[in-house]
Amino acid sequence: MDLSFSKEETEFREEVRAFLEENLPKELSEKVRTGADLEKADMDRWHAILNDKGWLATTWPKEFGGPGWSPVEKHIFEEETARAHAPRIVPFGLAMLGPVLQSFGTKEQQEAILPRILSGEDWWCQGYSEPGAGSDLASLKTRAVRDGDDYVINGQKTWTTLGQHANKIFCLVRTKTDGKPQEGISFILVDLDTPGIEMRPIRLIEGGHEVNEVFFTDVRVPAENLVGEENMGWTIAKFLLTHERTNIAGVGYSMQGLVELKALARRVKRNGRPLIENPLFAARIAQMEIDLEAMKITNLRMLYTAQTQGAPGPETSILKIKGTVIRQTQNELARRALGPAAAPFPSEDMFGNAALTEAEDVHNAGTYFNNRKLSIFGGSNEIQRNILSKAMLEL
Amino acid sequence: MDFSLTEDRRMLSDSLTRFLADKYGVEHRIKVAYDAPFHDTALWSDMAELGVLYALAPEEAGGFGGTGFDVTTVFDALGKGLCPAPVLGTLMASSLMTSAGADQDSLLDGSQRYAVAMGELDAPYDLDGIETTFAGGKLSGRKSVVYGGNDAEVFLVAAKAGETIGIYEVKASDAQVTGYGLIDGGGAAELFLDATPATELIADGRAALEHALDLGRLALCAEAVGLMDATNEILLDYLRTRKQFGVPIGKFQALQHRAVDLVTEIEQARSITILAASRIGEDDQARIVAMAKNLIGRAARLMSEETIQMHGGIALTWETAVSHYTKRLVMIDAQLGDEDYQLEKVMADYAA
Repeated sequence: MDLSFSKEETEFREEVRAFLEENLPKELSEKVRTGADLEKADMDRWHAILNDKGWLATTWPKEFGGPGWSPVEKHIFEEETARAHAPRIVPFGLAMLGPVLQSFGTKEQQEAILPRILSGEDWWCQGYSEPGAGSDLASLKTRAVRDGDDYVINGQKTWTTLGQHANKIFCLVRTKTDGKPQEGISFILVDLDTPGIEMRPIRLIEGGHEVNEVFFTDVRVPAENLVGEENMGWTIAKFLLTHERTNIAGVGYSMQGLVELKALARRVKRNGRPLIENPLFAARIAQMEIDLEAMKITNLRMLYTAQTQGAPGPETSILKIKGTVIRQTQNELARRALGPAAAPFPSEDMFGNAALTEAEDVHNAGTYFNNRKLSIFGGSNEIQRNILSKAMLEL
Repeated sequence: MDFSLTEDRRMLSDSLTRFLADKYGVEHRIKVAYDAPFHDTALWSDMAELGVLYALAPEEAGGFGGTGFDVTTVFDALGKGLCPAPVLGTLMASSLMTSAGADQDSLLDGSQRYAVAMGELDAPYDLDGIETTFAGGKLSGRKSVVYGGNDAEVFLVAAKAGETIGIYEVKASDAQVTGYGLIDGGGAAELFLDATPATELIADGRAALEHALDLGRLALCAEAVGLMDATNEILLDYLRTRKQFGVPIGKFQALQHRAVDLVTEIEQARSITILAASRIGEDDQARIVAMAKNLIGRAARLMSEETIQMHGGIALTWETAVSHYTKRLVMIDAQLGDEDYQLEKVMADYAA
């Protein structure tokens, strides 16, 4: 056993760190650090900086314009960007659609679409879930009926993250209604300015707008926008979910979260003494840190398996379950550390003279509530347990 | 033994529950709870007319209640209805004024709103950390997250005068008040005191303040039980009607067992709240109330997180009632001493 990173990996980490120090704009990292909302322009700006460096499409092979990183290099990049408070790379085009087209798309589709993802000309969003098809995704009902050279789409998608910024959407649609539900699903690409599409915002529990519902009424889409064969959408969906799960442990975020939580508990006082000196609260942080130390190694073990033996297996569901619980515990402790000062709804009145806490803490309660999503999206933790018990334990 | 409510309290509970369902329905509540003044002031007068505030004070102070079970009756109903009105501050202020033997007619008839300013930025829960001072008829310091303070006309402020902690009355118009809304609805304020004129209500007010805070904690426990009952109804309805994989999701044993665990916690929460209500005015009041608030803190958060998880994304949307219930369930812990603060109070006895 040797738990150290190789010389090349360590050098790579230093290179990433130096790049971030020089190229990550302070205005952006400050917004990320304080949990403030990022504008579309902020995300576009970071996208362009990474694209110039060739570090944008972290999972893409070199031939398509990716950096050709190993899973471990990609992991190091994720750790360092989380540490530096870089904006999250919006995953829908880069981490999801890109790999799908590289594996299932035609050469024409690859040439037409992939460069526009890199350049930022296209912002993709995801049309998967429906009001009646959440955990049971295969029961989706949005219908695509072939009519001449087109498909005509009718139905409704929901939880479309950052759809308000997008000009394109990739969708799972039903193209066959008999037989097993999984066998009648297709994967199709849709221009959001096609007539018949309406996007409506969904306001979330903490008041923010990051997800949307999308309504399709007689939307005509050229048949060439189909990816793969008709009715093979479920295969693509499963492939894509594996990609969605690669950074699902969020270890980089948790490592940074631990640093911030300790700083917060040193700063916040109870009866004039730093909260971190309270053994009950310190014990809560310590238990979370212990879980995180183990998680870092679990994550690395699975990364090395993926690196040496190819694609990750169902055991990545362990990363999703434990990784999200650790992050949610951190959010909970950050909210709890502030006590009543976590309760105010963030507003302009809460800065300056009347501020109750540092700028980086004003969103603590909102982040706690918003991040309850971590154990729900991308296949809820219950669905992950189903996958594990079936595929890994063969129960 | 008899665990049923008296006839009077049952009538009060019924009429308040009906009033909230009719006038303060969840849609209306969501509309008013997040914009200043963060509750419906017209309905405040209606609630006062119903006798809700009189139920919080004993007869000798002009009310018709004031016992632990009166407090839990009112707040259980407020919790079920997710009511954002600032009744908590009214209860604690009434208790302080009863201790002081002061006239509280304008409080009980709802014509003047009171808030109790106790916690500070570096001492949110404990009286020992209070740094606001009283000298020469004036108060100086800052009180933080004063519940209902955004909309109060009178503040009762806990401050140090030498070695003692006293209670002082301040007009809102004499102080600098920065009001704001809370993430779970309702309002609060920062209260800035800079040689602000104040009237002494109780010179040595520590015992009176501890009693008022205990009543406040008991009230929060009862509110949480009401919230948990209402949330559980929403959850069970969802488990019975939401279909995935061709069946209602409540048919999955993985969820059935978790739903049963929640009901167990709710019953435990109800029991310890009943126990705490029965101990108000007794020697072990502080210890039992601390136990109750600790258990409530744990149970309410579990109820909230599990309800969200079993619903999935829909419970994270603003337009559903359940998202507002789950926020209140979590944020109750940070009021008047969280789970850990109460645990320390319970543990403090062990060394003796």
